[in-house]
This record gives sequence, C-alpha cells and structure tokens, in this order.
Amino acid sequence: MFQFPAKLKTLSYVLIAIGVVAMVYGFLSGGGHEAADHGHGHDNRPWASLLINNFFFLGISLGALFFLAVQYAANVGWSAGILRLLEGISGFLPFAGIIMVVIVLSAMFHMNHLYHWTAEGIMDPESDYFDSIIYGKKAYLNEPFFIIRTLVYILGWVWAAVTLRKLSLRGDQSTDLAWYKKSITVSAIFLVFFAVTSSTAAWDWIMSIDTHWFSTLFGWYVFAGIFVSALTTTALIAIYLKNNGYLEWLNKSHIHDLGKFMFAFSIFWTYLWFSQFMLIWYSNIPEEVTYYMPRFSEYKGLFMTMLVMNFLFPLLILMSRDSKRNFGFLATIGVVLIMGHWLNVYIMVTPGTVGLDYSIGFTEIGVFLGFLGGFILVVFNRLAKAPLRITNHPMNKESEYFHI
Amino acid sequence: MANKSKSVISVLFNDDDVMLKSIKPIREKGYNIREAYTPFPVHGLDHELGLARTRMAITAFIFGAIGLAVAIALTYYTMISDWPQNIGGKPSFSWGENMPAFVPIMFEMTVFFAAHLMVWTYFVRNGMYPGRKAMNPDPRTTDDMFMLEIEFDGGEDELRQLLKDQGAVEINLVEKAEEESPELEEAHA
Repeated sequence: MFQFPAKLKTLSYVLIAIGVVAMVYGFLSGGGHEAADHGHGHDNRPWASLLINNFFFLGISLGALFFLAVQYAANVGWSAGILRLLEGISGFLPFAGIIMVVIVLSAMFHMNHLYHWTAEGIMDPESDYFDSIIYGKKAYLNEPFFIIRTLVYILGWVWAAVTLRKLSLRGDQSTDLAWYKKSITVSAIFLVFFAVTSSTAAWDWIMSIDTHWFSTLFGWYVFAGIFVSALTTTALIAIYLKNNGYLEWLNKSHIHDLGKFMFAFSIFWTYLWFSQFMLIWYSNIPEEVTYYMPRFSEYKGLFMTMLVMNFLFPLLILMSRDSKRNFGFLATIGVVLIMGHWLNVYIMVTPGTVGLDYSIGFTEIGVFLGFLGGFILVVFNRLAKAPLRITNHPMNKESEYFHI
Repeated sequence: MANKSKSVISVLFNDDDVMLKSIKPIREKGYNIREAYTPFPVHGLDHELGLARTRMAITAFIFGAIGLAVAIALTYYTMISDWPQNIGGKPSFSWGENMPAFVPIMFEMTVFFAAHLMVWTYFVRNGMYPGRKAMNPDPRTTDDMFMLEIEFDGGEDELRQLLKDQGAVEINLVEKAEEESPELEEAHA
C-alpha cells in the first residue's frame, strides 16, 4: 500500500492556496470594468486562465481514462501494473468536470465573454452587433444545447471513471473474472462515447471561442494533446513511485514503453498540428487564416517555442532507446512536454478571449499551481486508498515478465 | 569455416526454452557459441549469447538525414533555383518562406531513404542478400529443432556430458581441429 507522504500533502495544500490567491488576484486586477468598448480582454483574463488550466488537467485525467479503457478493451498484458495509476489520475475527472460546468454556466449567463457567440445581440437580426455567420450556427451554438452537451460529456466520462474504479476494487477481492469481463464491456461503451464526445467537447469548449473559424480535425488535434499530457503524467508518477520504492513489479521495459507512447503521440500531435496548419496556409482563404494571424504575429514567440518543446525536443531526444530507459532523462523530458502542452492549450484559448494584449503572469501560473496542487491531492489520495496493483488482475504475471 | 584450430560440436534441442536456459552454463564453462539456428526468432537469445546491441538504428537515422538533405536540395533546385514557380499565389521565390509546402516532400523522402536503404543494409549485414545460397547446416532447424554450434579445445566428453545434462536431444561433432588428428580428417574425406 502506498502512503501519501505528509510533505507532499502539505505542498499540495500550499499550492491550492496559491491558486486561490492567484484567482482572487486575477479578478481584482483584471475586472476593472473600465471600458465600454469591445475590449473584454482584461475582464476575461482570470476566466481564461481558469479555462486553460481546468481544461489542461481535465484533459490529463480524461486521457488517462481513455488509456485505461483501451487497456481493458484490447486485453493488454504489459500494462497490468500501471492500471491503478491510470485510475488515480482519472479520479480528478469529477473535480475538473464540476469546474468546467461552472465555467460554462458563467459564460452562458454573461458573467464573462469567453465565447464570442454568447455576446448580446449577436444572434438578433435587429441588433447593431448582428453577425450573420454566427447566426447561421445557431442550431448548434445556443445556450441551452451548449449546457446540455457539457453535462452529457461530463456525466458520461465520470460514469465510466467511477464504474471502472468500482469494478477494479472488486478485482482486489474476488477470485473469478466477472469484474474483468464487465470492465471490458464498460470500456467498450466508453470508447465509442469518447470517440464522438472528445471531438465535440473540443469544438464546444475550445474551438467555439474563435466562433467564425472552423477546422474539421480540431477534435483530433486536441485529443492528441491531452493524450500526450496524460501519458507523460502517468510516466512521471510511475517514475516518482518507483524512485520511492513502490511498484516493484515495474521494470525498465514498462517505463520504456510509456516513453515510446510519449514519443509516438508527440509525433502524432505534430502531424495533426501541421495538417491543420499547412492546408490553411496553402489555400489562404480569409475565413480560415484569421485563426493563424494573431498566432503568427503577437503570439509568434510562444507559438514557435511550443512547437520546439512539443515536437523537436521529443523527436531528437526521445528517439534513442537509452534515453527512454533512463528515468531521470525521461522525467526531464516529461516536464518539458507538460509545459509545452500547457502552452498549447494557452495559445488555443488566449488569442480569442484575452486578445492581443496578453502576458503570462501570476494569474496564469498561480492558477496552474493551484490546479497542480489539487491534482496531486486527489490523485495521490486515491493511490493511497487501494493496493498499487489490482490484486487479482489476470495479466499480473504476464506483466511482470514483460521484456523488450 | 576457415578457422579450423578449434573443433566444433553441434547440439540440437527440441524446445526453445531448454536451449535458452542451456546457453548460460555453456558460456560459463568458457565455451564459445559460434552460431545459433532457430526456426523462429527466440526472445532474449541475443542477450543470452552476449551479442552487442545492433547499430542498425544509427544507420536508419543517418539514412533518414540523407533523405531529408536530398529532399531539401531537390525542392530548392526544382522549385526555387532552376525554374522559380508561382503556385497558389506564393511567388516569394525563397525556400524558407515556401518551406511548409515542401514538408510533405521532406517527410516522404526521409521515410523513403530510411526504409529502402535499411532493407539493403539489413541484407548485407546478416548475409541474406537475394541469390545467396542457403547455409543452413541442418534443415530440421527450419522446422521444429533448435541448434547451437559450440567451439571447443579438447575435452569432448566433458562437453557432451554438459550438453546432455542441459537436455540436448542430439549431439554431433561437425568439425575437428586440424592439428590434432589429420588422419581422421582423411578418413572422413
């Protein structure tokens, strides 16, 4: 059994306190209500920061839940020893889900202007602010449907996370495999649900910020990002536990495989990033390139840095076998990938909400630390509640002998 | 084949696990295993035989880098330098500004060079190039038998006993060191 170290627990409480302070600071310094013009950037900043960080950590727990479901659905053997880590990470999903609902409700009730299409008068043909393009999307982008969709996503995902957890806890006691077979069914149902909702959730929560713009592979692009973040987080926690003397059934080959996943899905992410960018760049149609205009002017430095961190860095360093088998090395790259994918979410959200007058300050970093603290608290609490390996998992033996 | 200063014994097993487990005691006694013949790849065999890790991955990286360089040279020469082309309203005539359009070519050439040159590198490295005459000493190793060729200096009975203890199903002396008994060699001929 894993013991939650008291020091780490204290640290996570401190981080949460920093996050709360940063949130309050953001509202006090940003919510000036000074301008009657269309510059909502300042008012939006604390909300945007909340959305960025919440979506980032929601993505990590959702990606871990997806990976967990894949392990069951595909009858995977090697990963039997890390399933509890994935369960632990997906335990953050209900918390991030509640905050997501709060963000969505606050936007729908005009407490902020994160989503341009909720602006008053924009759907009203009589109004001065009427936008006929956005009016054409009314069937999908309207407040009630948006709230219902958000609730459906969150409830569906949380249902899968809670059910898989419950079944695996049964796997600690029972000697038959009924729990395992049921987990396969639940995973299969969740994967079908996830295939649709991972895309639509990305359209709703992220893509509809830039309401005029659209990209058909945006959902996959966002999915690739959250999956890399989730795999990296899993590898980091596995390395942390291993270094502290837990997970004795995990050998270098397991970590090596997680490293391969990190490498492969970093390349996959780049592939989707480039596929999205290149077609828009080449066809050069105004309604599409508007998305990349701020990202190649005011945001260029961050945008390019993010590409280097998420593509060049893992490509050149994670390619070799030795670097994937060295825990210290892999952990360092993992931290860079986490920062890179956080930056990716930041650049997806910020230009459409805060605008061109942006900066990464205490509001963003402080809230990130707050979420990190909450994440550590929830995940490690969950890890401490059950054995770090499902006692009666049928693949435990096979996983122990895993060798590549 | 040329080295006849040592005798060689070939030993057959009918199970890959038995063969794999026998290698450690054989090597611990100081015998050199010249070659192993198996009907399918046996996991962990290279590790047990103490073979150095393959450097094929490094050659793959080099071939990929060559492919990338060729693609850059190709796109620069054909699209920018020799006959500047205005495609899709992008007549900037500089390679750097048109680079995104060339990325698919760079990617494909990298993969093409790495994959095709790796096939030939693989053939050359393990001596299995097309047209090569098969050198399998015992056709049963392509079916259900596993064979090791072990070099030794005298003490044949001792080695035979060791192999029997390890579960060998057949042991044959295939090469005799030349210096020891030339008359036996003649008798064989």
